[in-house]
Amino acid sequence: MNGRGFGKLEIAGAAMVLSLVIVAVFAPALAPHDPTRAVAATYGDPGAPSLAFPMGTDQLGRDVLSRIIYGARISLTVGVAAMAETIVIGVLIGLLSGFFGGSVDFLLMRFTDVMLTLPALLLAMAFVAILRPSLFSILLVIGLVSWTQVARVVRAETLSMSKRDFVLAARALGAPPARLITRHVLPNVLPIIIVMAALGTSSTLLLDAALSFLGLGVPPPTPTWGRMIEEATIYFRTAPWLAIFPGLAIFYAVLAFNLLGYGVLRARSR
Amino acid sequence: MSLVSGSDQASAPIAESATAAALIRVENLWKEFPAGSEGLLSRTRLTVKAVAGVSLDIQRGETLGLVGESGSGKSTLGRLILRLIEPTRGSVWFDGRDLSTLSRAGLRALRREMQLVFQDPYSSLNPRMKVRAIVGEGLEIHQLARGPEKEARIVQLLEMVGMGADAMNRYPHEFSGGQRQRIGIARALAVNPRFVVLDEPVSALDVSIQAQIINLLQDLQEKLNLTYLFIAHDLRVVEHISRRVAIMYLGKIVEIAPREEIYANPRHPYTRALLSAIPTIDQKVKSERIKLPGEMPSPVNPPSGCSFHPRCPYAEERCKITEPKLEGARGTHKVACHVFPAQ
Repeated sequence: MNGRGFGKLEIAGAAMVLSLVIVAVFAPALAPHDPTRAVAATYGDPGAPSLAFPMGTDQLGRDVLSRIIYGARISLTVGVAAMAETIVIGVLIGLLSGFFGGSVDFLLMRFTDVMLTLPALLLAMAFVAILRPSLFSILLVIGLVSWTQVARVVRAETLSMSKRDFVLAARALGAPPARLITRHVLPNVLPIIIVMAALGTSSTLLLDAALSFLGLGVPPPTPTWGRMIEEATIYFRTAPWLAIFPGLAIFYAVLAFNLLGYGVLRARSR
Repeated sequence: MSLVSGSDQASAPIAESATAAALIRVENLWKEFPAGSEGLLSRTRLTVKAVAGVSLDIQRGETLGLVGESGSGKSTLGRLILRLIEPTRGSVWFDGRDLSTLSRAGLRALRREMQLVFQDPYSSLNPRMKVRAIVGEGLEIHQLARGPEKEARIVQLLEMVGMGADAMNRYPHEFSGGQRQRIGIARALAVNPRFVVLDEPVSALDVSIQAQIINLLQDLQEKLNLTYLFIAHDLRVVEHISRRVAIMYLGKIVEIAPREEIYANPRHPYTRALLSAIPTIDQKVKSERIKLPGEMPSPVNPPSGCSFHPRCPYAEERCKITEPKLEGARGTHKVACHVFPAQ
């Protein structure tokens, strides 16, 4: 970053993310219908896209567009909150591991390795099954299974920063470890953390969608993109729009955060 | 038998009797870094003997020049003296206090007294801190000044190293190498140290700027009554600033003498080779250039006897077998060489 201006990628990414935020915040104003009520007369059968319902209606007569707009709320909430949790855990473990090294590093990294070997989705499913699906448990679980990547990257970056002369200079001045970490290491690791946060949001979004698809997401009647696709599977031949539109929504959100993340990453290495 | 204790005690230079005037006393200091093992299944652990039994004194107010090629262990020695790294063996005394006996808090308090200036003016300043915060850090850590008093002190420090107060609100990347080095010096001086290790402070700078920085360091030494350990990789740089010069080779001091002695009457063949490598402008003085064959041997597996013997043009049979001790009258010229002992 370093004040060298932004490229097209991160501007596009930022605009897309902003559009998602606007949709989520102003969902009641933007949605043409109540997402939880049957508004079409086609009750029992999915309704094809029409002028009144641009994205069609589902098997219960609910407006797909309105459900997608409201779904953005859950997706963004889960995506951002779980990402924040991921970053907090990952940065903490990465900083401690990279800064102190030795046995602290060994223990934390072997623990991270163990977590890495377990497939995140499987682990998340097991956790949710135990905790019962709710917005809170989903947040908790996604954060708990996806911090490993952040921890590894932050550790590597911390390791290289800790060896710089300016950290040694602060140590020579008598700075205690807490000051070294917060004043010297963390500010220099921050750019990579921002990148990880943006990229991490897209993967937590996907994990949330996957959990919802498997029926372990935020429970009904709250509309989520993942469950919309799951409910659409049986109508896939007759009413593909039920799956395509929420799919596109997920695609758009993941792309938005990925573009933002890679854009920032590229701007940083320029 | 581990490699660690492989070097015999007899080779350790005998520590000098304590002089009241010595600010720094280093006694038989060793630093070994692990360097893996010989093979995958080998139990033998290899170590790099970065500093191998160094003893020296630094008197109050003097500058000791420490010269050696890269890998000779000179920077490691500087950091050991500041106790930024722990020695494997041996001790460092600062003003009569053994640093190894200090508590964590005691060591932190002592950090005020001894500081470090780095070679690389780019990596030694935090790129995300303004000059104000960089220079003021020591003041904050040791709670020496706060508020307007702190500001005034930072300005004073910057002026002392020849920078304006307008530097305060700028970031390191806005300055040249020489200016950054001045900022690094101001940071070190903020805590009013008595002893400063200058770790190749001018090696990364243009020749024209080197002289400016050396002059600045000399002025500051007089004004603030500082004691310096000036580390360099060539003898030319330390010539003007040092009172005494020590030559280091493969973790050991091979020769130490007052400046005039080193330049006029070098004894050790390695010192002579280093001196002959200084380029001269004077065409008439055709000094013979002593070229050393080969590279410095690996400090993982140093040569037997005198570690300089494989490259020494004067090496004799005994040089391969016994290690020469650093000998000579105390406080004068000392040499570690069988062939050219101290006179």
